[in-house]
This record gives sequence, C-alpha cells and structure tokens, in this order.
Amino acid sequence: MARKSEKISDTVAYTNARLLDPANGIDAPGGVLTDGEQIAAAGADLFEKGIPDGAEVVDCGGHCLAPGLVDMRVELGSLSASGRAAASGGITSMVCLPNTNPVIDNEAVLELVARRARKLGLAKIYAYGAITDGLGGTEMAELASLAKSGAVAFTDGTRTIADAQMMRMALSYGSTFDLLIVNHPEEPSLAKDGVMNDGETATRLGLPGIPIEAEVIMVERDIRLADLTGGRLHIAHVSTSAAVEAIRQAKARGINITCDTAPPYFALNETAVGDYRTFAKLSPPLRGEHDRQAIVGGLKDGTIDVVASDHAPRDEESKRQPFAEAAAGGVGLNTLLAISLELYHNGFLGILDVMRLLTQAPADLMNLPAGRLETGWPADLVLFDPDHGWQVTEDALLSQAKNSPFDSRPVQGIVLRTVVDGRTVHQLEK
Amino acid sequence: MSVDDTDRTRFSNRHLLGIEGLSPDEITVLLDKSESYVEQNRRANKTSQILSGRTIINLFYEDSTRTRTSFELAGKRLGGDIINMTVATSSVKKGETLVDTAMTLNAMHPDVLIVRHPSAGAVKLLSEKVNCAVINGGDGAHEHPTQALLDALTIRRRRGTLSGLLVAICGDILHSRVARSNIHLLQTMGARVRVIAPKTLLPTEISRLGVEAFYNMEDGLKDCDIVMMLRLQQERMARNFFPSIGEYFRFFGLDYDKLSHAKPDALIMHPGPMNRGVEIDTEVADDVGRSVIREQVEMGVAVRMACLELLTMNMDYSGGDA
Repeated sequence: MARKSEKISDTVAYTNARLLDPANGIDAPGGVLTDGEQIAAAGADLFEKGIPDGAEVVDCGGHCLAPGLVDMRVELGSLSASGRAAASGGITSMVCLPNTNPVIDNEAVLELVARRARKLGLAKIYAYGAITDGLGGTEMAELASLAKSGAVAFTDGTRTIADAQMMRMALSYGSTFDLLIVNHPEEPSLAKDGVMNDGETATRLGLPGIPIEAEVIMVERDIRLADLTGGRLHIAHVSTSAAVEAIRQAKARGINITCDTAPPYFALNETAVGDYRTFAKLSPPLRGEHDRQAIVGGLKDGTIDVVASDHAPRDEESKRQPFAEAAAGGVGLNTLLAISLELYHNGFLGILDVMRLLTQAPADLMNLPAGRLETGWPADLVLFDPDHGWQVTEDALLSQAKNSPFDSRPVQGIVLRTVVDGRTVHQLEK
Repeated sequence: MSVDDTDRTRFSNRHLLGIEGLSPDEITVLLDKSESYVEQNRRANKTSQILSGRTIINLFYEDSTRTRTSFELAGKRLGGDIINMTVATSSVKKGETLVDTAMTLNAMHPDVLIVRHPSAGAVKLLSEKVNCAVINGGDGAHEHPTQALLDALTIRRRRGTLSGLLVAICGDILHSRVARSNIHLLQTMGARVRVIAPKTLLPTEISRLGVEAFYNMEDGLKDCDIVMMLRLQQERMARNFFPSIGEYFRFFGLDYDKLSHAKPDALIMHPGPMNRGVEIDTEVADDVGRSVIREQVEMGVAVRMACLELLTMNMDYSGGDA
C-alpha cells in the first residue's frame, strides 16, 4: 500500500540531543521521533531499545533540541523573505500584525494571508485581526467573525487605541468571546513629535524625546479598563521600568493581563542611537539603562510573560534619512534566539526559562498548537548550539530588510536546523 | 364592569411608575383584571363606560406608535376622554421645562397622565407635581411597566403560571427599560431570569438584579421556557457596542439554530417594533407555532385598560377642587 511506505519514510528519529521542553520541565539527553507532521514520541530514554525500522536518523550531536520558537509579534514584509528569515532563526510559528496592505480587518484578507502562508510552507503564519476598521481607531472591526476565521488575537499593531471608550468597548466586546486584546502602550499625544527616548541623550543629540510616561500612562489606563471589563489584555513590547512595575502590581491584584517585551529592550539602551544610528530607531524607543535593567528584572520574576521579536522590516530608503525622518522599527526574526540566550549566558535566566518565553508561553497565550515536545503535537522543532558564536551581519540576516538594531553585534547561539510539520525548512551550512 | 372593593384594597397605588416595588399580589390583581378585558376586546361591542367623564392625557416625549395607540384604545374602550400630546424633543429644549408642562396640564384637571420620556426618572419627577394618576409609558432605560405586565399576561395565558419558568431576555439589555421591568416582574412572580448579550450591551453589575448573565445564545437559551428578544436600540447607540449588524445577527440574532437550544415548546416574544434580520430572523418571528409577538400586542390593550381602571378607582376627589 502506497500510503504505508510513505508513512515509513516520513518517520524521523532525532537522536543524541539535549532535549529542552519547558512545558514539561525537561532538560535532559534524549530524542524525538516524528511521524509525518506530528511528534510520535519524545523523551529521555526514547531510543534506548533502538530506532524504529525505516526511520530516517538525524544525529543532533548533543546539541539542544527544543520546540520551534513561537514569535507573537511580527510585521510582515515580503512573505517569502520573512518566512526564510524566520526559519533560519528557529521560528516555526509567527503571528503577524494586521498592518498589512490591505489591513487585516475582515475575513477575506485574513484568509488571503493564511492561504499564501500555507503555500509558502515555511514557518506557520498566524494573524492578528485589527481591533478597528482600517486601524482607524474609531470603529470596531468584526472581532468575533475574524476570530471564527482564525485571527488568534486582536491589535491595531503599532497604533495605540487612543480613545479610552473605544478600548473599553474592545475589551468588553472581546471578552464576550474570550478574545485577547493587544494594545501598543503609548499615549499618542505625548509621543507625537518624539523620535527617541526623552532624556540626556536626546538633549545632547538635539532630538525631540518620548517620555517614559507615554508608556506607563497607557499601560495604567488599560489595566484599569481590563479590570473594569474583565477583558483579556496583553500589553505589547514593554520597554520601561514604570510599566513593568505597574504590570507587576496589577498582576498581584489579580487582574487578567499579560505582556511581552522584545530583545532590543533587554539587550540595548538608548546609547545604541549613538551618532544618529537610524537602525536603533524603534517604537517604543530604546530607553535608558535603568529601564533596560528593569526589563531584565521583569523577565526574571515572571512579570513579563513572553519575548517576541517585534520584527519590523524597513527598506533602505526609509532608514537612510536624518534620524527624525527615518522610519522606526528593526528586523528581529534572525536574532531572536541568540539575543534571548544572552539572558542565559549572562546568568539572569536558566536556559529552560529562556526557551519558555520563546515557545510555550506565547503558544499558550494565543492557544496555538505549538511550543511542546509531546506526542501528537506538531513536529515543529529547533536544533541549536547555544554556545556557537557568530556576528550579526547583513549576510546573516536573511530577511529582505537589513535594519537590525543589533547590526555587527557578536552573539552566541546558532540555529542548526529548523523543522516545521516534520519537514526541515532550514539547515545551517557547514 | 363594576368597581370591586377587593381590588381597591389590593391595589391602592396612586401611580404606576414602575414594576420594582410592586408585590406579587399587586401584580396578580393587575393581571387578573387585564384577563377580564381580553374577552371584552374580542367582542363586537368593545366599549364600557367605566371611565365615563374622565380625562386621560397621553403625553409622549418620544415617538411611539404602538404604546400610544394601545393606551388610546384602552381609554376609549372604557369610555374615557383621551387626548394625545406628542412633544417633539426640540420644542422642549426651547420651550417650557418638564415641570412647567406638568403644572400646566395639571391645571386642566386630567384624571390620568400617561407619560413617556427619554430620560430615566422624568416620569417620577412629573408625578410629584400633579394631582392626577400617572402611568409610566416608558422612561429612558429605566422602566416600562405596562410592557412587562402585557408580557406576563401573555406568558400566563399560555403557560398558566409565571412561577418556576426559565426566561431568557436577549439582546440590548443596556438600553432597555423593557428588560428592567421584565426582570423585576418575572422575578417577583417566581420565574428565573437569564440575560444574554455581548458584554458591551449588558449594564454593569446586572447580576446584582438577581439574573444570570450569559454571553452566548447557545448556553444561555439552554432549557429556557421563554425567549424574549429585545429591539436593538440603534438610535440610542453611538457605534462600537458591536462591530456590525451582520456580526450581531450571526452571534446574537435569534434563528432556528440558536432557538434549538431552548425547550422545544419555548415561546418567542418581542416587544416590537422588530428589526427583522438584526435581532430576530424573519421566519422565527413569523412562526405561528412559537411566536406570540402579535398576542403581546393584543394583551397590551387589555393590560392598559386594567391599569386605567385600577388607578382611577382609587382616586379621591374630595380634597381637590374637581
């Protein structure tokens, strides 16, 4: 029977690995057996009694084998370039922002993105639905219909829901259907003219600043609204000490909120802007050292739930501008794992904790079938060497855009192989 | 029909401003009295002279067709003199205040004032300034007592009792006076009440009124005896309580799929006017086996006759200059 022989050749045994499965608290030598698109078995003593007949064998050489990374915040550039960059970064699932063209504020666009992503066959692409029509901030999009069609959460991307009543309605209506509402935490009127963090560096450079209050004011407002409505609030890319503290206290009060941050906010500070380096122009802006340390603190004590790449590709023209006019945003798919591993190498977090922030935590938050090395789960895997050093260069960044805030940084931790639904979609060339 | 001393003692309220605060016995008197008018209204000669010589004023600060007409017919069938005053909101703004209007009308010695007003509490305010009986014909999102009574009469005639029934009130609870009056009446009479709506259309802490809140029709309608749909009051909404009519109907409009979760013989009710295809599917609304929407309209006249009779029989003219 054709089906059967196909099945045998679909079996892959990943042997001789250091298994990292944060969901089950496993950090041990072992292996994973995949059958077609699924994990057939995983465990420390899996291949003790030998490898199943007909299985293809991948010797992991003692390197780390973990669930593929789940990146909950990605701005899509070219779909294929993003897919390749994600695969090389060990990302097997990503959730794209709705600020595509056209905007994902209706079921037709959502289905279009999903269909094109499936065809590409690289990292799985899920999508946020817009909270408001056309990201206009005033009229609610069809949240429940979008959720039925597959939108995994809702946000207006890098636009804040500025109107408090609109945000209240979104949280309240969203909670009717148990939807996750994600807001960009920045009071627009305080951020309107700013181009970098407000403070000494901005003053020296003569650039208009965005005060940290712009973030914490919006975070505190949204916490109040989440408390009022019982809605599920997620605060994206937290960058300030004040916001982390507000979220910490809200969680202690039992309010239903979560948050994420992105590598630039725990690995860089505003000095990266240096001599008007536009690659370091991000939204929210890179903050001071005190804030950076507070982000690390938030990751350590669990206040911050997820690390996402906040990948935002920009073309060369939009970055080759005077700082104030340059576009904000940086690519991040490729460097997500290596920069996050700095938390481990620097002794702030255990390696399983780092992996949880990148796999199980975002998967659980968005109810994605990902982030676990368990029988029956999708065979989405990343094999990496946490110690191998490399340098972030234009060539290393496979995405079309090269605007990495980590440009030229030496980093540690390299992806050797990425597997999506049992298929190898990336393999490091030796 | 003659004045019944028992009724007089059992219902001694001067006004009918709301259901909240009425006792089960008071509600029962109103419903029993209403029942007696149902037959009269089906005869060729529908008129009696109980209110002969009495003056009733329909004072409506909001557009209304069915409630106003229903009260007008009720008054006429009891032989009273009834006049309609429809006050456009704009002329109120430039003209006299509500209290001044009340004083002016009061000077004309009406016996009953029926008042509808867009502001909650306005009817009560007016009632404090006049000597006649006042019936609340709907005040803002507060109460609409005669609607709750006619709904109760409709249910009672079909089911024999209100006690023990499970009633789902679905849709725009936030803006609905019908919902509030029904919640009070049904619970007072021993029914259990659920409200079903997107959270944006449920008022804060609604469960403190004793109801159970549901956010989806399938769960909320389970085992219900009565499915009471509400009109989506779009005229009272800025946008954003929900994204679109299409999505509202998909998740909260009553169609046969959603109705299948209620008891097989569950009755469908709607206070009208209906937005077909918005809160209720047209076929469901017209289902003669299930929908009692037209019956509700019929009961409305009987209930309003009973209210007029019971309130006027309590009037004491000795102290006034009538």
